[in-house]
This record gives sequence, structure tokens and C-alpha cells, in this order.
Amino acid sequence: MEKGTENTAAAACETCPLNRQASLVKLGISMDDVDFVIALAGNPNTGKSTVFNSLTGLHQHTGNWPGKTVTRAEGAYSYNEKKYKIVDLPGTYSLLSTSVDEEVARDFILFGQPDVTVIVTEATRLERNLNLLLQVLEITDRAVVCVNLIDEARRHHIGVDDRALARELGVPVVLTAARQGEGIPELLQNIHQVATGEFVCKPQRLKSVPTKLMRAAEELSGKILEQFPGLPNARWVAFRLLEGDQRMIDAVRTGELAALMRSQVTTHE
Amino acid sequence: MSDNERITSLLESAKRTRQELGEELHDSLMESLYGEAARIADIVVSRPERKQRFDLDRMVDRFVTSKWTGFPLMFVLLALVFWITIIGANIPSEYISKFLIDGGRPFLKHLSAIVHLPGWLDGVLIDGAYLSAAWVIAVMLPPMAIFFPMFTLLEDFGYLPRVAFNMDALFRKAGAHGKQALTMTMGFGCNAAGVVATRIIDSPRERLIAIITNNFALCNGRWPTQILIASIFLGSVVPAQFAGMATAAGVVFIALLGVALSLIISWGLSRSVLKGEASAFSLELPPYRPPRILQTLYTSLIDRTLFVLWRAIVFALPAGIVIWLVANVTISGTSLAEYFIHATNPFAVFLGLNGVILLAYVIAIPANEIVIPTVLMLTVLTSGLHGVGSGTGVLFAMDNTAAVANILHAGGWTPLTGLCLMLFSLIHNPCSTTIYTIYKETGSTKWTTLATLLPLILGFVVCFAVALIWRAF
Repeated sequence: MEKGTENTAAAACETCPLNRQASLVKLGISMDDVDFVIALAGNPNTGKSTVFNSLTGLHQHTGNWPGKTVTRAEGAYSYNEKKYKIVDLPGTYSLLSTSVDEEVARDFILFGQPDVTVIVTEATRLERNLNLLLQVLEITDRAVVCVNLIDEARRHHIGVDDRALARELGVPVVLTAARQGEGIPELLQNIHQVATGEFVCKPQRLKSVPTKLMRAAEELSGKILEQFPGLPNARWVAFRLLEGDQRMIDAVRTGELAALMRSQVTTHE
Repeated sequence: MSDNERITSLLESAKRTRQELGEELHDSLMESLYGEAARIADIVVSRPERKQRFDLDRMVDRFVTSKWTGFPLMFVLLALVFWITIIGANIPSEYISKFLIDGGRPFLKHLSAIVHLPGWLDGVLIDGAYLSAAWVIAVMLPPMAIFFPMFTLLEDFGYLPRVAFNMDALFRKAGAHGKQALTMTMGFGCNAAGVVATRIIDSPRERLIAIITNNFALCNGRWPTQILIASIFLGSVVPAQFAGMATAAGVVFIALLGVALSLIISWGLSRSVLKGEASAFSLELPPYRPPRILQTLYTSLIDRTLFVLWRAIVFALPAGIVIWLVANVTISGTSLAEYFIHATNPFAVFLGLNGVILLAYVIAIPANEIVIPTVLMLTVLTSGLHGVGSGTGVLFAMDNTAAVANILHAGGWTPLTGLCLMLFSLIHNPCSTTIYTIYKETGSTKWTTLATLLPLILGFVVCFAVALIWRAF
């Protein structure tokens, strides 16, 4: 009798949606037939590689200094019977700059079209991190925010209200301490929900832009959409063109942007 | 209208609007970004009411990055790390070489006798490939297994950005980017990795400077050479109880000389072929974090120690074969190695080195790690030493530093040779992996050639100058 209950209890645990980490299988670098592609973005030294390692079981070198990852690392895991490829991007302070490592990150978020972009931020420096976070949310609809190093914040008696942050940003927010594995199950769950469309993000877009600029951007993004119907981040492209971003001008001219849309049509149909 | 025309008109209209809006756009976008960030942070983040009276991080930072205590602390830490490495590596090195060379080689010889391996094949495989690989393991594994975890602990703790912070002012004065301090620190591990790490530098001019000068950061392939030669020529001239410290001091001196050279060359480049102003950047000092000891041990062992060791072995195997061949293939009774050594010896001695060292550096272009084994083997070969090791063309066991010292003295080495070898090991062309990485990162034959030849020529000049001064006294 007792043994019976034990068995059912164990079985129940395995199927219970609360036991989320149970369905995580770290796949290392085997990346065949993935269902979803996840990008890990964020400021330097927020622990992206640590999050990457705890999801994939890989041992990407981590170090406590900004600029450690300069190329992207890729790994995979499977969760709830879906296979995920995860790409660890170099840390950036902004998507508007020009150094090689920052370009790697920006090109991937924009042109690589990840299914979910996970933005890793540091709890003790949230305000500074929000700068990049808001820029990423301008580009993509599907994002999960990971407020990492929450243990560090506790040590300094800094509180982060995850619910308020999620409300403000319109995307899921998870508090983690990746080094200790805290919050990783919740992160997995949220990535899964956004990737499968169970949760639909409604990211906040910049509102405080002067009306004149806003109108100019909207007019231009209308034209862009005429030329590239279905482009998910036309407004951002418009802003970049208005700023005279050479990389973006080239992408429009050479048809890189058009190719991007085609690939999207084929993968999503 | 064709697609092309439509796109051109789209870009044209964007350009027109841009001109109408002017600079205003960028500024107001930035303003709204920062404004929004501040607004959200204000709602979401709660800080303690009163500022904490005592902030440990800030206290430590004040000490670690102070003008007065920052640099001395850096030297002391560096010296301490080397001292522990030197002291700690000796005994395991001896055990490993006993096991792999005194034990492994006769065993393999025995096996080869059983299967009747032809003499030349036996020589190439066992005396060439196996022994050089065994030697590399014996010399490199213990110091790396001690050095890397300590370095990784410092990295994990958050010390590296503080080093960069301290060095920033110096690099800026040299016309280079402050982040070069970070890429140089990476170079202390491996120059190829250091060259890749320069991607964090935005300006192409400063990035080239960082790439070209990265070679002056003493890489782990060269640490064992420095440590061994310093123990023989420095450690042995002071009383035994200070030997470890004198050796460590010598190695620290060479490492710091490398840093100084990297500054001087950066300064020279930024005032000649790579003119320009140093650009500003912001460096974030991350919070100190308690290092995770076990995890650090694991990752530094897997990622660094075994990775580097594997690379060394991969290069040592073919190099061992080449060494055996040049030492054993003879033309009218003289081996190829001897031809080369005799031809280059006068020039080399002029530089305070010798022909053996030059040949070793030619053979060791793929990997600096195998310089010392090659030097020893060639010395035995040309000085006609008998009863040491196992005869011609065989890399032998280094039971202890004294044995190596005896061989080198018999080969006609003087303290000047030792000093010049230490200098030349610091200042010579990068290894082939690094050269290839430089080519991949710069995409330019011109800069790759400069990065290769500049240190080589500088090395010759420095050794020559030192030899000249030495002989004058």
C-alpha cells in the first residue's frame, strides 16, 4: 500500500506541471531538428554564459569581467518534448554601436529571427540594463526577461518587483541566481510558453518620443511595410534609417531585409 | 517601378526626412530611452532606506584600484601566483617524468622489440613522437594545473577588470585603447585567444595595435621555458631557501618587461603607422563575487589545462618526429641538425644565443611549448654528451633541474645564454596558430606580416644589445 502511494506520488511528480525542471534534458551541442531558436542577449557581465551553461549542460567559459564572450556560442536542450537551440550572444550595452562583438549580437537578434530572445539583466544594475532591454523590445515581440544575480541584490538589500517589471514591459520576467540554479525552472517554463505561443507578449514601445519624430517614423515604416510586407520590426528599421545607420541602409539595399522576410514566411507556414 | 527603384526611392525619402530632422532624432531617441529606463527602474527597484554605513566592495576597490596600492598589489599577487606554481610544480613533474619516461619508454622499447619494429620506425615513434609528447606532459601539466585554477579564481572573483582599470591610464597615454589591458591579460593565457578577444575594441586602429602587441603578453606555452631557465640561471646563484623566490622574481620581471614592451610598441605604432587619438570607453567594475572553488577547479582543468595540454601534445608528436629525423638523417656523416647549428652558430652567439636555440625556435614555430625539449635534445646531440638520456636524437627525462643545468653547461651555456633565451622567448614571432588567428581577424597579409616580423626583429635587436652590454663588462 505504502509502496503504491510512493509510486503514484513519484509518477504524479513527473507529470505535474509544477515539476518543471524534470522535463529538462541538457543536449550540449547536438542541434539537429530544433523546434525553436532562443537568443541570449544582455549587458556584459550579467551572467549570460552562466545561464547558457545551466540550460545546455555545456561548460562555456565564464568569467567575472565584461567582454568575455566575443563570438556567439550555441548549444541545445530539450524541454517538454520540444528541442531548443540556444545562442549565447556577446554582451552589449546598446544595439546602436559599431564594435564587432556588438554587431554579432545585433545582427542575430534582428536578422537571425530567434523564436524567443531572453534578455539577461543584472538585478543590482537594472536601470542601466533597461536601456538595452528597451531597445531589444523595440525589435522583437517575443522576449523573456531574466533578472539575474538576484542573490547579489539580496546581499545589498535591493528589491526587484518582478510583477511590476513584467507589467511595465509587457513580457514575462523571471528572477534568477543562475550560479545557484535558482529560478532556472521558471525561466524554462516562460521560454516554453512564449515559444509555443501559449503566452503572447505585448511589449511596451517607446512612447515619449516627440510627436514630430514619431510621425516621421510612422510614415517611413508605412513605406517600408509596403515594400517588405509582414516585416515584424518595421518601426525599428525606420528609426535606424532615419538615424542614417549604414548597416541598415545596406541591408535594405542589398535585399538582406527581403531575404529575411522570405525565410520567415517559409519557416512559419 | 521596379523593386530596385522603389527601394532607392524609399532610401531617398528616409534621407530627406533625416536631413529635415537633423541631429535631433538621435538625441531625443536616447533621451526617451533613458527616461523610460529611469521611470521603470523607479517603480520596480527598491533600495534600502539608509545607505549602508560600510560597503565592503567599495572598501576593497579603494585599495585595489588606488594609485598607491594598486600596482604594488598587482605585482605581489602576480609574484605570489608564480611562486606557488614554481614551488608546487616541481615534485609532481618529477613523478610524471619518472612514470612516463623512465617507466614508459623502456616498456614501449620492449614492446617494439617483441614485434620486431624496424630501427628507424622504432626511433621515429618512440624516441621521437612518444618522448617529446611525454616530455611536454611532464613539464607542462603540473604548472598549468596549479597556475590556471589560481588565475581563474582571480578572474571569477572580479579582479581582472580592476587590473584593466589600473592599466587604463598607461594604455591611453600610449595612444591605445584601455580595453587592451583586458585583451593583454587574455594573452597571458594564450595569444590566439587574446587576439580574438580584441573584438571588444570598437576602433579598428586601436584594435590593430592590440592585435600586434598581444604577442608581448607571455603566453602559457612560454611560462615553462621562463620558469625552467630562471630556476637554472637565477635560482641556482642564490641560497637554496631563496631559490623559489628569485626564480619567481625573474619570471615576474620578464612578464612585466612584456607589458612595458607592449606599451612602448603601442606608443610607437600610434605615432607612426597607426596614428590617432585614444577613444574613450566606460569600463564597468563588476561586483566582487565569492569564487566557487570546486566549479573553478573543474572548468579551469577542463577548459584551460587539458585544452592547452592537448594542443601541446598534438604539436609535440610531429615535432618529435621532425627532431628525431633532423638529428638522425645524415649527409656524409653529419646530421641535418648539425649542419644548421654550425651554420647559424656564429650569428647566434653574436646575439647571446646559440645555433641550437635558433633551430629549436624554427622547429617550435607551431607551438612554443616544445622549445625546451627541443633545445635539450639538440644540445645533447651537438655537444656529444654521452651517458645522458639515451643517446643521439632522443629526448630524455628531466629528473630534476640540476640534470638539465648540467646538460646546458656542458653545451657551453653561460648565464648570458640563459638571459638571452628568456628575452628571446618573450620577444619573437607568434606561434603559427596565433599568426593564423591574426590573419583571420585582420584579413590582411600586410598587418599579419608586421605582427610576425616586428617582434622577431625586435627580439634579435634586444638580445644583441644585451649581449653587447654584457660583454663590455
